[in-house]
Amino acid sequence: MRGHMIRPDPVCSDKKLPALSTFCVFSFQESNTSSVQAVRCVLKLTMKLIILNDYDQASEWAAKYIRNKILLFRPGPSRYFTLGLPTGSTPLGCYKKLIEYYKNGEISFQYVKTFNMDEYVGLPRDHPESYHSFMWNNFFKHIDIKAENAHILDGNVADLQAECEAFEEKITAAGGIELFVGGIGPDGHIAFNEPGSSLVSRTRVKTLAKDTIMANARFFDGDLSKVPTMALTVGVGTVMDAKEVMILITGAHKAFALYKAIEEGVNHMWTVSAFQQHRQTVFVCDEDATLELRVKTVKYFKGMMHVHNKLVESLPQEPKKN
Amino acid sequence: MPSNGSVSDAPITQFINCRILRDHKLQREDLWVREGRILDPEKLFFDELGYADERVDCEGSIIAPGFIDVQINGGYGIDFSRVSEDVSGGVSFVAKKILEHGVTSFCPTLVTSPAAIYHKVLPQVKVHNGGQHGAGVLGFHLEGPFISAEKKGAHPEQYLRTFRSGGVQDLTEVYGSLDNVAVVTLAPELANSQSVVRELSQRGITVSLGHSVANLSQAEEAVQHGASFITHLFNAMLPFHHRDPGIVGLLTSDQVPAGRTVYYGMIADGIHTNPAALRIAHRAHPSGLVLVTDAITAMGLPPGHHTLGQQVIEIQGLHAYVAGTKTLSGSIATMDMCVRHFKQASGCSVEEALEAASLHPAQLLGISHKKGKLDYGCDADLVLLDDAINVKATFISGEEVWRKEP
Repeated sequence: MRGHMIRPDPVCSDKKLPALSTFCVFSFQESNTSSVQAVRCVLKLTMKLIILNDYDQASEWAAKYIRNKILLFRPGPSRYFTLGLPTGSTPLGCYKKLIEYYKNGEISFQYVKTFNMDEYVGLPRDHPESYHSFMWNNFFKHIDIKAENAHILDGNVADLQAECEAFEEKITAAGGIELFVGGIGPDGHIAFNEPGSSLVSRTRVKTLAKDTIMANARFFDGDLSKVPTMALTVGVGTVMDAKEVMILITGAHKAFALYKAIEEGVNHMWTVSAFQQHRQTVFVCDEDATLELRVKTVKYFKGMMHVHNKLVESLPQEPKKN
Repeated sequence: MPSNGSVSDAPITQFINCRILRDHKLQREDLWVREGRILDPEKLFFDELGYADERVDCEGSIIAPGFIDVQINGGYGIDFSRVSEDVSGGVSFVAKKILEHGVTSFCPTLVTSPAAIYHKVLPQVKVHNGGQHGAGVLGFHLEGPFISAEKKGAHPEQYLRTFRSGGVQDLTEVYGSLDNVAVVTLAPELANSQSVVRELSQRGITVSLGHSVANLSQAEEAVQHGASFITHLFNAMLPFHHRDPGIVGLLTSDQVPAGRTVYYGMIADGIHTNPAALRIAHRAHPSGLVLVTDAITAMGLPPGHHTLGQQVIEIQGLHAYVAGTKTLSGSIATMDMCVRHFKQASGCSVEEALEAASLHPAQLLGISHKKGKLDYGCDADLVLLDDAINVKATFISGEEVWRKEP
């Protein structure tokens, strides 16, 4: 069973230990039949739908997944791990957990480059609701990431189009994104790619949908006139270019969007559905987010949890090199 | 790792593992300092791509703005009112010692003295920032001589004065130059005081009402002319009366001009004010309470006889009396002791107790844009405390100037 069951993954290079083949190694250490199923599942590169009981467990699973991805990549001064990051209430728990793992000494962000998905246009950078402020207060200030490696679109430059193009170039220069973490809006959007956005779109300026503005009003004292109406956002195509995508979806209000994203067709009205055509996507949800899915879907993926949980097991500690 | 130098190349210090007093709350935040001022780390990160050069581990301590004492007559054998040839040296000696109590700025106080003394002493001590040498001097507090004979307390009667030349002229005659003066205590019921209050206020000098038998309307009139402080509330003034609350009534007066606050000094040594009276004042007007030591020469000295101004006083335990009487002569409690006692007696929160010794005096003196707070851009005058409000270390402009021995 060893060796010849693994086809070399064309995406993986010699230098990295890709999670896929590592996953396979773990499976081979079991002798039951479900591991064979798991391997087949993995080699077929199906979407992984990870269902946890509640928000906290979903956040923890996602954080451990990210942690393990970074550790297995073995980032260093000449090879940075590139991470795409979201904002909003959904990823807060995940960020808290990552901060905890940093404080425990389990992980460092010294050789991690981050690219945020979006930022408002025209909102002062130090406004408490800007995405710069969000990332600083909820993540960057608690960890050891270098300022020059934290990239967020600047919504206050004179030439917004040039800013978007420059952002795409920065991603390319960094070697592309290893793992893009995102959320989903109630209308199925990813980042600010509102319904109707092209599924091959790149980083650009977007006018925000009424629904989004209303959903955001709660951060601006409920005053609609204070909410920004435009934003810079990575495109669906930009996220599709990432090697791997992880979408966090928690809460009953996201359930319908999740249903549309994974059980219906690829459709530009529900832009997250584009990831059905991505090689490696992980959806991390809580129970509530699965409320609109078919029972069969939920049962199938819940049945896979014992296999998927291997992806978040603590990795053996390596002796630290200086 | 220094910043990209787009703003400054100066080294950056980051205080970690601390709880800082900011926006009236103790928060788990790091405190960043550069060039003697509190730095905004978010701006540093995004605009300058900068980091800290040095990290100071506070081991869970509280960081509060350094304490500001606006009424202190001396200590450790030094009496600011007693002219020696080296007034400046005496002030510096005390300035260095009070760092141990968490005081980073103060107003050396002179009690009623003859004109010759003011003329000699005032020019010798200029307003200056603190540092390794000691706490900063914000200016003199001149308590007297334009006060009431009936409420002179420990002040020498023979040097009391009225505004006989009409007001402002008397100031120049008695004090000489007012350049290094931050606060003047006077009795507003004295004739011609209104023009004096106005003149001093316009010059940016805080006018305080004290050692006075003024009634409430006289006190309110003085506030309308610019007075903003009450010197050691309850002491050396008429007691509260329900038909004429006197100066004490300013705490809840409706005649205070809009947008202005009347602050009041409180000696919270457990002796000068009964805890119940302290609580009444605090509950009536919490945001105006300013802790002061009113410390005298004997603070820091052993029990016995010592000198204050032109008089002799006697120490018995924590009490200091005019020798041979039971008139309180001043306090020998240190500022940190006052903060602890205030918290315990009033039942207030740690934040409120700390603000009474930092934010409120800064607001009183009109310097809260740079002192008394840990906001970005403020002077990095800090005091590190444990949860029982004992001073562990003191910093001025971000530099450690005192640390308690373990």
